[in-house]
Amino acid sequence: MSPPAAESYLTDGRTLWSWLTTHDHKRIGLMFLGLTLSFFFLGGVFALALRIELLTPGRTIMGHLAYNRMFTLHGVTMVWLFMIPAIPSAFGNFLVPLMIGARDVAFPRLNLASVYLYVLGASVTLWGMFEGGADTGWTFYTPYSTTTGTAVLPVLLGVFIIGFSTILTGLNFIATVHTLRAPGLTWMKLPLFVWAIYGTSIIQVLATPVLGMVLVLVALERVVDAGIFDPARGGDPLLFQHLFWFYSHPAVYIMVLPSMGVISEAVSAFSRKNAFSYRMVVYSTLGIAFVGFFTWGHHMFASGQSTFGSGAFGAMSMLVAIFTAIKIFSWMGTLYRGSIAMEAPLFYTLGFMFFLFFGGMIGVAYATTSLNLHWHDTYSVVAHFHFIMVGATVMAFLAALHYWFPKMSGRCFPGRLANGAAVLIIFGFIATFVPQFLLGNMGMPRRYADYPPHFQSLHVASTAGASLLAFGFVCIAGYLAWSLRYGAVAGNNPWGSEGFEWKSASPPPTHNFPVTPEFPTGPHEYAREEVPHAA
Amino acid sequence: MPPEAVTGHWGSEGARRQAAYLGMWVFIATEVLLFAGLFTAYGVYRSVYPEVFRAAQLTMNVGLGTLNTFLLVTSSVLVALAVHAVREDRPGLGGVLLLAAALLGVVFLGVKGVEYAQHVKDGGLPGAAYRFGEVPRVGASLFFTLYFLLTGLHAVHVTVGVGVLTVLGVRSAGGAFGAESATPVELGGMYWHLVDVIWLFVYPILYLS
Repeated sequence: MSPPAAESYLTDGRTLWSWLTTHDHKRIGLMFLGLTLSFFFLGGVFALALRIELLTPGRTIMGHLAYNRMFTLHGVTMVWLFMIPAIPSAFGNFLVPLMIGARDVAFPRLNLASVYLYVLGASVTLWGMFEGGADTGWTFYTPYSTTTGTAVLPVLLGVFIIGFSTILTGLNFIATVHTLRAPGLTWMKLPLFVWAIYGTSIIQVLATPVLGMVLVLVALERVVDAGIFDPARGGDPLLFQHLFWFYSHPAVYIMVLPSMGVISEAVSAFSRKNAFSYRMVVYSTLGIAFVGFFTWGHHMFASGQSTFGSGAFGAMSMLVAIFTAIKIFSWMGTLYRGSIAMEAPLFYTLGFMFFLFFGGMIGVAYATTSLNLHWHDTYSVVAHFHFIMVGATVMAFLAALHYWFPKMSGRCFPGRLANGAAVLIIFGFIATFVPQFLLGNMGMPRRYADYPPHFQSLHVASTAGASLLAFGFVCIAGYLAWSLRYGAVAGNNPWGSEGFEWKSASPPPTHNFPVTPEFPTGPHEYAREEVPHAA
Repeated sequence: MPPEAVTGHWGSEGARRQAAYLGMWVFIATEVLLFAGLFTAYGVYRSVYPEVFRAAQLTMNVGLGTLNTFLLVTSSVLVALAVHAVREDRPGLGGVLLLAAALLGVVFLGVKGVEYAQHVKDGGLPGAAYRFGEVPRVGASLFFTLYFLLTGLHAVHVTVGVGVLTVLGVRSAGGAFGAESATPVELGGMYWHLVDVIWLFVYPILYLS
């Protein structure tokens, strides 16, 4: 066995070709990180354009059709090209093998294929955007999506292809976690991030094929007028909603579960304590993955489904809150009497906990049929899912980016600047979306380009918050890019973390570990001197 | 700590085999769910239009459908025998059996083509092109749309399967597999059994009433 040729995966081959043909999970993770960040930027630009349009009543910068296309592209880009792949495909790929002591994922070539499928799907979607883009919203509700004259087909096809990328990634993680754990690394010793990615993979593998099928049906409806969702031919548009939300509600947990994994890691590392109630966090991860499949009907309270159906779906949706509460309780318990280091990842963690708690509690209110009908299709819903999907997921994404930046690049970033940017981002989010809750409660419908003048002050407040956010992201991009070249050399474990991934060098060598690692202790086990919990 | 070889778990044939099996099972689960969307649509519309669906089913060519079922089940048996032969270290016999199974897959597709030609002639096309006079009511075209989708998607899987079996068969006949390296044949076999099992659901709901 020859020793590793290069000192890190970054220097093992410097040509573009060596990156494009790599089977190294770390390089693939980095490629996903770069790709998803690009689409995050694109989706953010779309979002800003929407906010600027809504600055004044009437036409501000674009017409109504352009606005409809803009919010569709914003949704499609953010959901499928950023939030779903961001943490599992980028950080999951980079970290899962490191955390379980493997040399790579189970199917490295399949892993590379998932990058190319993502690129192909994203290109097809982009092509649709240049063709004018769809104006259906990211949900493609029939019958509108089957009759509108805009470029729906390429967007459908793009999302369909990206779905395959998601499935392959999930399949790979399931096989990796099952078969490639280092000797002695039992299930109940897996890091919580690995558990979260595992739970996410199960959802990805089970839900995404159904999305693929329903997209094919819509495409067929557009091409040959098949009538599956067309009442005039005996079809039923509601079937589309059932099939679509069977995927797309679990998809919310594809976005949030990995985030929860990141937060579990960060909370442990920055309070220097063992994860509180590790087993319950694991079980709640699986619980969310399971219950997530029985909640889709809460998107259809206003569709005329039976009262019993609505009640059952409402109750199932509320169950998610119980599993989520277990996690929040675990993070609080971990922070409690911890030796807290207020670094940037912990700022984002606290932001995440606030957004998840606030947005989640409002989610419980939405799961109540009567309240749901009041808020149905208003800005309230927009604000709610942005709190959870953007507030929480992006917080966790930024926490992950900052926490593992030294691992990936071998460099540190300027800490005070990062903390300042984190505060800016958190307040930017609150300023952007709290006015939208109020707007929705006052009756401002979602998806509208125009509104009566009395809504204007809240819209201006929201746009101001969005500008603050944009400025915060520019700051982060600036100092992280600077740190890549000029940041202090990190050393192997700059945070003093007990996470398994820090046991290899930073940045890691190509095959992660010179010898098969052993993990005699559980994950996140910190030698503690302080008083144990009063429990 | 004494340095030990990196081959500990990642390099070992056992771990790789286990991963390959698990990966195939997960893939099969995704395939089942892909069809589940269509089966759901079929169930929903069958409950909405029970008479129309029954009338449409009566126009199907049960003979050809049954012939296809027979072909597919036989080929599945051949694949199972092929896997057994390769495990017994007789890759030559395994290769012949795999190629025979692939041939039955091709015949299956041919029979399907004959059926499709008949439907096109009758006007039983999906969607707006539907002209079939025998079952004219609203909802009938839905049956035919779902018929073409289910059998078409299944035919795509058969086509892929024929390709997989042919490659495996040729390589097996060339001695590439054996008792020590049967995994690719086993995985290909699993895929072909999946294609067979899906047909065993498609056939009764479309042809038998």
